[in-house]
Amino acid sequence: MLKIVTSVIARDLKLAMRRQADIVSALFFFVIVVSLFPLGIGPEVDLLRQLAPGVLWVAALLATMLSLPRLFADDYRDGTLEQLALSPHPLGLIVTGKVIAHWLVSGLPLALIAPILGIQFDLSGEALLVLTGAILLGTPALSGIGAIGAALTLGLRGGGVLLSLLVLPLYIPVLIFGAGAVDATVSGLGGEGHLSLLTAMTFAAIGFAPWASAAALKIALE
Amino acid sequence: MNDRFNLYRFASPATFYPLAGRLIPWFIAAGILFGLAGLYIGMLVAPTDFQQGEGYRIIFIHVPTSWMSMFIYLVMAFWAAIGLAFNTRLSGMMAQALAPTGALMAFLSLWTGALWGKPMWGTWWVWDARLTSELILLFLYIGYMALVAAIDDARRADKAGGILLLVGVVNIPIIYFSVKWWNTLHQGSSVNLTKSAMAEVMLWGMLLMALAFWMYSIAVALARVRTLMLERERHTDWVRKTLVGDEQ
Amino acid sequence: MIYWNSFSDFLAMGGYGLYVWGSFGVTALAMVIEPIAVARNRKATIARLKRQLRAESRSTEA
Repeated sequence: MLKIVTSVIARDLKLAMRRQADIVSALFFFVIVVSLFPLGIGPEVDLLRQLAPGVLWVAALLATMLSLPRLFADDYRDGTLEQLALSPHPLGLIVTGKVIAHWLVSGLPLALIAPILGIQFDLSGEALLVLTGAILLGTPALSGIGAIGAALTLGLRGGGVLLSLLVLPLYIPVLIFGAGAVDATVSGLGGEGHLSLLTAMTFAAIGFAPWASAAALKIALE
Repeated sequence: MNDRFNLYRFASPATFYPLAGRLIPWFIAAGILFGLAGLYIGMLVAPTDFQQGEGYRIIFIHVPTSWMSMFIYLVMAFWAAIGLAFNTRLSGMMAQALAPTGALMAFLSLWTGALWGKPMWGTWWVWDARLTSELILLFLYIGYMALVAAIDDARRADKAGGILLLVGVVNIPIIYFSVKWWNTLHQGSSVNLTKSAMAEVMLWGMLLMALAFWMYSIAVALARVRTLMLERERHTDWVRKTLVGDEQ
Repeated sequence: MIYWNSFSDFLAMGGYGLYVWGSFGVTALAMVIEPIAVARNRKATIARLKRQLRAESRSTEA
């Protein structure tokens, strides 16, 4: 059971490595969006420090969205997805592997680069640590929920915009607790509560979302 | 055995179409009746609220539209579950027929909320947990309608929409509690939503208005589902007969 | 039984007239427009389906 998940992860990572430009583009999108905010708002450090958690998280949501349409699209086009759906392994497990692979190439890099961007906003060391942790813990949920949207919009015209319409409202709890963790740390309340709720959401999303996505994929393949 | 047969008969568009057609006038009549009674009590009989003055009368549409916007989403999710579990044709059409009315109710709830907020709180919009959740509910409606509209194949549209509705309905409590929690963390106590104990007559006005909105929603949704049925089943005999019979 | 003293009192809504009537007016408008839109869509759909039906029967007769 675990083997099918790991082999899907390995395969998707290998494919992603052939298209490193995509990963880098999403990362730069994240960097640019975050850097635009001070230009729009002004350089007051106090204000920026207050806005930083929200800005970084919203940018992270958008950057995750960018890579979602391709989550199933390539496999759908070349028929691999049909093969996977016909294989004896449950499609939900295969999607779990794809979700984890998606997180490894989208969420994880965001978490690694976020502290550098946080410095632009004059966040304290502790806040940077919590920010990284929150993005690490929260982005798997984004990949999971996003997979449902990607599966539902598979092969549709205007799929990318539609996907964001479907998925962004569902991202709100992650945004609230992700940004809230950093906020709470900055204001001295401690972000542990937020982080544990984020973890709970991630586990729930990784547990349930692949099965909903699998159901949506079966519909798309009919 | 007999019950099963009846259930299937009811779920078949050919039987449901004329039934819905006969029911619509009754729902319209009930809606008008409840609406007039509710407006009479709410606007003419009910005394003023000692805290909010006459502005509180917005409650007679604000609360019913909010209820309906949430209730309709739940009903859509119910139909979605039925449709996915039993593969009935009618369920997806019902969900689709309800969606625009639900979105309209969510919009009206936000609109009246803003017009209530301005005199009471001094601002058109507050990031109050309930208003914010209502806004997100409107987004969910829009997402559902956009998804269904983007899929040409009716069967796929029904099923994909159904999955989205079920995912949405699981998420609504999570969204609501996270927004509420976010709100208590960020908002000072400047906005106080506690309502004064409502007089019985006001409660009656509100209930009657809620019933009126309910009847209205059913009537509009049934009318919409009838059109959807004709469109979807245009190659079947019963639609041909209905169309030809209409002409004579 | 009726709470208001005069019609102008009723319209003024104790100074909240704009907000109260703005709410009720837009709601009423929406509840007029939506059924009209549904009815028009229904008529257009039926007309289109009939046209299709006629075209089909003509092509099978010919």
